[in-house]
Amino acid sequence: MQGRKIFKGKVVGEALVTGDDISFYGGCDPETGEIVEKDHHLEGKSVSGKILVFPSGKGSTVGSYVLYALKKAEKAPLAIVNRVMDPVVAVGCIISEIPAVDQIDIGKIKNGQKIEVDADNGVVTLIEG
Amino acid sequence: MGLTLTTEEKEMLDGKYGKATQKAMEIITTLGEIYGANRLIPITSVQIAGVSYDNLGEAGLEYLSEMAVDGHARVLTTLNPAGMDMLEWKKHGISEDFAANQERVVEAFEKMGVITTCTCTPYLIGNLPHFGEHIAWAESSAVCFANSVIGALTNREGGPSALAAALTGKTAEYGFHLEENRLAQVKYEIRAELKDTDDFGLLGKVIGTRTGKTIPYITNIEKATTEELKSFCASIATYGGVAIFHMEGITPNKTTIPDKTEVVTEEDLRAARVELDDEGADIDFISVGCPHASIKEIAEIAEMLDGKKVADGKTVWITTAKPTKDLAVKMGFYDKIENAGAFLVADACCAVAPLKGKFTGLMTDSAKACFYARGKNKFKTEIRTVEQCIKEAIA
Repeated sequence: MQGRKIFKGKVVGEALVTGDDISFYGGCDPETGEIVEKDHHLEGKSVSGKILVFPSGKGSTVGSYVLYALKKAEKAPLAIVNRVMDPVVAVGCIISEIPAVDQIDIGKIKNGQKIEVDADNGVVTLIEG
Repeated sequence: MGLTLTTEEKEMLDGKYGKATQKAMEIITTLGEIYGANRLIPITSVQIAGVSYDNLGEAGLEYLSEMAVDGHARVLTTLNPAGMDMLEWKKHGISEDFAANQERVVEAFEKMGVITTCTCTPYLIGNLPHFGEHIAWAESSAVCFANSVIGALTNREGGPSALAAALTGKTAEYGFHLEENRLAQVKYEIRAELKDTDDFGLLGKVIGTRTGKTIPYITNIEKATTEELKSFCASIATYGGVAIFHMEGITPNKTTIPDKTEVVTEEDLRAARVELDDEGADIDFISVGCPHASIKEIAEIAEMLDGKKVADGKTVWITTAKPTKDLAVKMGFYDKIENAGAFLVADACCAVAPLKGKFTGLMTDSAKACFYARGKNKFKTEIRTVEQCIKEAIA
């Protein structure tokens, strides 16, 4: 799937997919990577080491620093794939050097599926069906 | 056509000006690409948010320290409120630990050549752009004031993107930097009497809640003071996310006038007031100065508190910018306020200081302060005029 590069990098990993937008500030524990927003589809799940696939970001601009905290704690997602990139998440990916791509039809990615994110070329490839 | 960069901008992106500038340029160009900008434009003033250690946390501080290794502000840059008065924090009950961390944050900014007055009203203390000037400000209330009341041009920046603009002297040309995106979209006719800053805060809440991000053209307001406008800006940006509004006869931007009209009545303001007045609020904290109090407001408060005593069990914070506090010291206002047992707090405010658990009920003239007191600190709130707030303090 061809999308748009937000921040460079190339990784292979397991997709963690949600149809809910994510607010990193207040919605994700900066030390553990666990989604803590009440009634969020991913509540209780950790984004750590996953290719995190969600529609878009929401919430406070401090969210960018939460992604940075996750990176420093080695709990960051491997990569981020969005339908529409929100500037808070974009800035978070840039300052934390997390590969990120948007303009992807995320409905085609299944939870737990192994995928490759080639952010340099803005390409997401499904490895296992 | 995509984003075209000048030679200097490309060199910044390639790292010729150091790592911090490179990272900053990555942020600016990526945002430019996301929003479809064709070029970057020079900016002349920056206001950075994300200064309180209470909001930044250790990770935010680490990022700032990393940027401070070789980053340096290229334009006039000022800071949002910190989590404490940088000098008198001890007597306000701030912990040693918090103070040490907050000092590290401010030091990192200082190392980058940022002017470290911590205030949400930079336009009152020397960071005052003129009409038509392109700037890059964070702090939603100041963004709204700059765009609407002054007629400067800025997007709603976040902490890292405002810092990036400071380090490069550039921002991407999109959003509110383009005249066509600044025009009014819906008319609001005000059929209510507005007397004080709290009324303007309530009006901001009513219009903000209704309008969201749709740009309002507000009519039928005869006059408004700078203090009332700053209260209005804070409130409309908090409750609606508006970055610009037009107020007939008061704000300077040219706009077409929309046909679609909404009416705001006395009843709407009353309803907003009822919403911000929590039942059973036990007021133990009174705060005025969101946004930061002007010297005029401080003079008035000093007169009200002169010779009076704040009641037992109540804490009063009048929050302002450090240069304004210095002036208040010179004029004797500081003594009148502090001798009454109230605090004139510089650099900080009740929204960003680490106050959770310290109080249960806030009385304030600020609709914005109510929002953060409830959400962040779980206080109950009551909104009143400044005069009523001070009366409550000494009752």
